[in-house]
Amino acid sequence: MQFLSQLINGLQLGSIYALVALGYSMVYGIIMLLNFAHGDIIMVGGYLAMLAIGAGVAPAFAVMISIFGCTILAVIIEKGAYKPLRSAPRLSLLITAIGVSLLLQNLALLIFSANAKPFPGTSILPSGSVSIGGLSIGTTAIITIVVSVVSMAALTLVVQKTKIGKAMRAVSEDTEAAQLMGIPVDLIISVTFAIGSALAGIGSILFCCRYPLLTPTMGSMLGLKAFIAAVLGGIGSIPGAVVGGFAIGLAEVFVNSVGLSTWTDAVVFGILIIVLLARPSGFFGRPMVEKV
Amino acid sequence: MLKVENINVFYGNIHAVKDLSFEVSEGEIVSLIGANGAGKSTILKTVSGVLRSKTGSVSFLGQDISSLAPHLIVRRGLAHVPEGRRVFLQMSVQENLEMGSYTQKKSAVSAGLEDVYSRFPRLLERRKQIAGTLSGGEQQMLAMGRALMSRPKLMVLDEPSMGLAPLLVAQIFEIIKELNRAGTTILLVEQNAQMALSVAGRGYVLETGAIIKADAASDLLDDEAVKKAYLGG
Repeated sequence: MQFLSQLINGLQLGSIYALVALGYSMVYGIIMLLNFAHGDIIMVGGYLAMLAIGAGVAPAFAVMISIFGCTILAVIIEKGAYKPLRSAPRLSLLITAIGVSLLLQNLALLIFSANAKPFPGTSILPSGSVSIGGLSIGTTAIITIVVSVVSMAALTLVVQKTKIGKAMRAVSEDTEAAQLMGIPVDLIISVTFAIGSALAGIGSILFCCRYPLLTPTMGSMLGLKAFIAAVLGGIGSIPGAVVGGFAIGLAEVFVNSVGLSTWTDAVVFGILIIVLLARPSGFFGRPMVEKV
Repeated sequence: MLKVENINVFYGNIHAVKDLSFEVSEGEIVSLIGANGAGKSTILKTVSGVLRSKTGSVSFLGQDISSLAPHLIVRRGLAHVPEGRRVFLQMSVQENLEMGSYTQKKSAVSAGLEDVYSRFPRLLERRKQIAGTLSGGEQQMLAMGRALMSRPKLMVLDEPSMGLAPLLVAQIFEIIKELNRAGTTILLVEQNAQMALSVAGRGYVLETGAIIKADAASDLLDDEAVKKAYLGG
């Protein structure tokens, strides 16, 4: 019974990591950028929802404002900071991403101060619990897992079946060839950022409902864990991000449950090191082939 | 139909194409021949907008396309089959063809698929297969079929014979002639000069980024200097 409730706990955390990891993986897949500002988008999403609810907006609308805000912000960042560097060395892009991350964190520090702000999670997700055969499961956990699974299924459907999703795969495989097919590459890149950040926005709400404290740097650790999940699964791979997210979430919860909570992060990073030693391209990653 | 005037293209400091001009009229097959590094692919990439010329202009159907984004050039009816085929290896044959019809309306896609499948029955057999598992010849057919999906008026082919067995090369060139007969104008770049000139009406000979000879293809085939340099004696 203890095991089952920890399992659900792990799935809840894992599904949040998976949602965030998808954004890392999709963006890397399409422009080979490790978007370090992705974690901070989550932080912005949290503050946006807090402000909206504080202003008396209905919770459902507050959630939408937050998700929409994350999407718009990511597209602005992509157009303003990354697009001008499209033909620059990849290192410039990486450094820019770190710069954007610092900028967002410090803006939040300026506006909201370093003090943690409580997140009105209970007005978004009810804090009840359901009892199934003697096992009591929090509604937050159930909703988190269901929302994540539905979002991931929707994403898979979009990427596999729609014209825009197929174009995303084409651009990520061979940008130049995609251009020659008449695919508007810049638009497809923006759409990828938008979708990845909408998922991060959803992840943001779910994360804040579980850990209802907002700080300007809350995005960095969550972002880092999700990044590890994406690398673990094979960066660039959508199923990889999902599997990696659940793996990290479950690992964290089980390490905590055996009483080694101070070791959680060490275990997560340890798993990353071991997996990368055995399979450098992650679970689902394609082995790197250098073109000659 | 296509008019290239005084283009100069650079890769960093390397002056790859030097003050080059040529044209292709409607209904023609024109071949650009030359050794490796003569600038053939660079010229085609400039035509399709992937690379930019520092000077001069590229005009297509009477309009300047020199500063147009590649995907907009495709919309005007110019399709570029790149060197090395560059099919989407992880997508199915049919998905590759659908990408080729990205600029087309939904209603035109199925008609396009039907046309390509009737031209390349091999692709119909393998339409659900992942493109990476196709043979080189099949991939070339897919690359050409994919370009046809955009209903091009001018098709630009970069080394369609590269890496293919002689029998397949003959087959690919037969298809090129057929497409031309069906009304598609063709601009062809080849190292296989013999083949390229035998299907073309006119040819240009390139050397280190400049045109050194332009003539009817049949005359180039008989030209002593061309024979010596590009046709193996």
